[in-house]
Amino acid sequence: MTFIAKPKISYAGQPKNALGLSMHDYEGTISTLCAGCGHDSISAALIQAFYELEVAPHKVTKFSGIGCSSKTPAYFMSSAHGINAVHGRMPAVATGSNAVNKSLYCIGVSGDGDSLSIGLGQFAHALRRNLNMLYIIENNGVYGLTKGQFSASADVGTKAKKGEVNEQQPIDPVITALGLGGTFIARGFSGDKEQLVPLIKAGLKHEGFAVLDVLSPCVTFNDHEDSTKSYAHTRQNFHRATRLDFIPPAEPISAQYEEGESICVNLHGGSNVMLRKAGQEYDPTDRARAFAYIEQHQKRGEIVTGLLYVDAEREDMHTLANTIDEDLIDVAFEDLCPGSAALADLQERFR
Amino acid sequence: MEIVEKGGINDLVIKLATVNGTGSASANSLLMRAIFRMGIPVMGRNFFPSNIQGLPTWFEIRVNHRGHLSRSGRVDLMVAMNAETYRQDLADVTAGGTLVYDSTWPRGTTLVRDDVKILGVPLAGMCNEAFTGVRARILMKNIAYVGVLAALLDVDMDVLRTLLEETFASKPKLVDANLEAIDLGYRYATDHFECPLETHLTKLDKTDEHILIDGNTAAALGCVYAGATFAAWYPITPSTSLMDGFRNFCQHFRKDEDTGKNRFCIVQAEDELGAIGMVIGAGWSGARAFTATSGPGVSLMNEFLGFAYFAEVPIVLFDVQRAGPSTGMPTRTQQSDILSCAFASHGDTRHVLLFPANPAECFSLSVEAFDLAERLQTPVIVMSDLDIGMNDWMCPKLEWNDEYRPDRGKVLDAEALEKLPQFLRYQDVDGDGICHRTYPGVHPKGGYFTRGSGHNESARYTEKPDEYQQVMERLQRKFKTATALVPKPILANAAQATPWGVITIGGCDGAVREAVENLGAKGVHIDYLRIRAFPFGAEVQAFLDGHERVFVVEQNRDAQLKSLLSLELDVEKDRLVSILHYSGAPLDWPTVFTGIFEQVKKSAAA
Repeated sequence: MTFIAKPKISYAGQPKNALGLSMHDYEGTISTLCAGCGHDSISAALIQAFYELEVAPHKVTKFSGIGCSSKTPAYFMSSAHGINAVHGRMPAVATGSNAVNKSLYCIGVSGDGDSLSIGLGQFAHALRRNLNMLYIIENNGVYGLTKGQFSASADVGTKAKKGEVNEQQPIDPVITALGLGGTFIARGFSGDKEQLVPLIKAGLKHEGFAVLDVLSPCVTFNDHEDSTKSYAHTRQNFHRATRLDFIPPAEPISAQYEEGESICVNLHGGSNVMLRKAGQEYDPTDRARAFAYIEQHQKRGEIVTGLLYVDAEREDMHTLANTIDEDLIDVAFEDLCPGSAALADLQERFR
Repeated sequence: MEIVEKGGINDLVIKLATVNGTGSASANSLLMRAIFRMGIPVMGRNFFPSNIQGLPTWFEIRVNHRGHLSRSGRVDLMVAMNAETYRQDLADVTAGGTLVYDSTWPRGTTLVRDDVKILGVPLAGMCNEAFTGVRARILMKNIAYVGVLAALLDVDMDVLRTLLEETFASKPKLVDANLEAIDLGYRYATDHFECPLETHLTKLDKTDEHILIDGNTAAALGCVYAGATFAAWYPITPSTSLMDGFRNFCQHFRKDEDTGKNRFCIVQAEDELGAIGMVIGAGWSGARAFTATSGPGVSLMNEFLGFAYFAEVPIVLFDVQRAGPSTGMPTRTQQSDILSCAFASHGDTRHVLLFPANPAECFSLSVEAFDLAERLQTPVIVMSDLDIGMNDWMCPKLEWNDEYRPDRGKVLDAEALEKLPQFLRYQDVDGDGICHRTYPGVHPKGGYFTRGSGHNESARYTEKPDEYQQVMERLQRKFKTATALVPKPILANAAQATPWGVITIGGCDGAVREAVENLGAKGVHIDYLRIRAFPFGAEVQAFLDGHERVFVVEQNRDAQLKSLLSLELDVEKDRLVSILHYSGAPLDWPTVFTGIFEQVKKSAAA
């Protein structure tokens, strides 16, 4: 029951981050999703990522739409502000919030129904604005809350629990984001926290719209045989195109990286990501090659994961809009209202 | 009864029939502003097509020394520049009036009227001789008719010259060309006709301390003065110029001097759903945020309006109404979104509405809208319309009190949160239905996850009947609190006690005031109440209680204001009598006059 808060447990020797906060301080209310739901693993990965990034939870804003995925912002970081908006329209709400208070981390959690059907337009336009946020799509190929209808990400030939076969082309959020000109495009798997946590961190630090498609099996409606979004199928077919290490600003790059096998991407604010590539042919800074690589593997039935494309240089919404460095909500009224003398002058124009 | 009077000195209607996209708007505006500068009360209304070039368009200028500027249903002087509409334009001239036409090409001899003075001026011919280039000839033809009118109406030529010099300050060559065109028309008229006409202009001193401004510009200025920092929108007639205005004013007033960066953010959204969603995100984050749209946009925004009502997010929405339903007539006016805005969205929802009557109120009520939205933590919809929003009205100069500070409502800052044992977002601490809110990023205790789904005092999801009902009842309490906070109606009592009253809203004001004044002169006394907000306050109930019969004047087919009054207040339906006008043209005073007069006469006979 979501109205039951998780009891905060503290005990001696509990690990704490630099802010003096334990992992529990990043938790939310108790999840009401089905036992084993992939979404809960993503919430856990988010908790770990924020804890390790040493971000104060109240410096985060959480946004979601409607659906199982969209319930999850209640399940991490209770002291952060959040909006569970209307179906498919979370990007708009996040846009407005980020427009006036850009110093907060902005994270959106959506699903394949919320982002690829009803909200496809808003998803595309938030990406086009290069809104500085991490946009997670918890992708399971079905509508869970309405009991198992196919979503737009369902693969051709996949079978619903009740036997119906999907014949329509899927909309792949990664391919879509590549086509739309996204600046940070990644795919993870809820069952692979080791990969997911650095992807979340890098996405949060990316100054722009970071799309993170996370395959997140629905244990109730889409985890059976003949489903291409089940745990078993995903485990069997997922292919890490890149392995990513997230390196916070102050830390030196200590691990050994093979020449030609790795790429270092500098994110704004001093963070770096080291990408270890699965093979020489992959280049996550080359849109066309990323596209071809994913398509090629997809044809083989493989699910390509990792940070698949990144462009850390393109300007985000605020740079494009030329807004002041200060958050708009912090501007004093005196600097907003021109006053009576200016009004009197102005009105000479209207005579 | 005969209510159409003859025009007189400083009391006339000029109608200019032209073709869209020929530059006639500048000529018409020049004429109107010249009259204004002569100190004579004036207003111009644009009747334009949903088209960029080629379709017929009209500009109607009413001049009235008493300051009555609603439509009068009269045309004393018609300038018929569009052959396509000539027949209709001639028919529209009031008996005894004058029509000017371009006589370069012959008009059919059947198109004459004995009771109208018809004056032909070879405008195109003269301009073709005097000017080179197709575009210049077309533009100057329009300026030339201003010259003809200047002669016929005795417009002050110095004023015209000054206006042109101001308009083309950076292009002096254009001043000369325009003056030449005016002179062509002026000379032709004085050489061939008896000038001025009997119905003409003389200088007055009644426009000092006034301006000519449209409602969208004034509303945009109100948003700047109220301290709005965020706006999102999707282009739609007739609201677009509101956002254009806001952008222009922000570029002027809100640039950081050192960095050149903006102390505002405007997003042109992908659609109206996106626009209002963004505004909700910004309002929830602590900014003053607004969007502007028209009926079709409001329809799209419905879901989010319900969300903002239930999650209690302050936002301001301008609905510059146009003729519906559906796409309707995008360039024609109406007040037909009253009910759809009052109850926008599914479920039990209701919204605060403000009804500006003119651009001056567009300015002041914009500021009030932001204060109310934040005080009440709910959407506030400013119900303007095309007539107010897009036409230049003569208004007293806008005033600003430098003591003004925004009313941010009940907001807990870090210090207040620190002292609280626990923050509950939807707890009615004060019993007025308004809870305390927090901005993101301020304090760890301030966090909450708001939602459009059923929630309890602590903003958590609930399906428990008592918790849900508690929230719904508190929202009802909050709306009651709103009744005392919204702008009061304006009452104008008749010279003597009367059982008759008239109620209206918004842009009907001018027509109703003029009708009431003229009815008074005929011995029919009517008390007049102009409602400025929904929910209706005690004053409206008292007005209904104090009159046997109340006329309700509004610009829609279905008597939406009357319905809302019947729904919300205690009044027998048959005591409310509708006077409706919904052609798409702004309401004229004779419609109100006749509607009331006939009823009063009938009732006296009964």
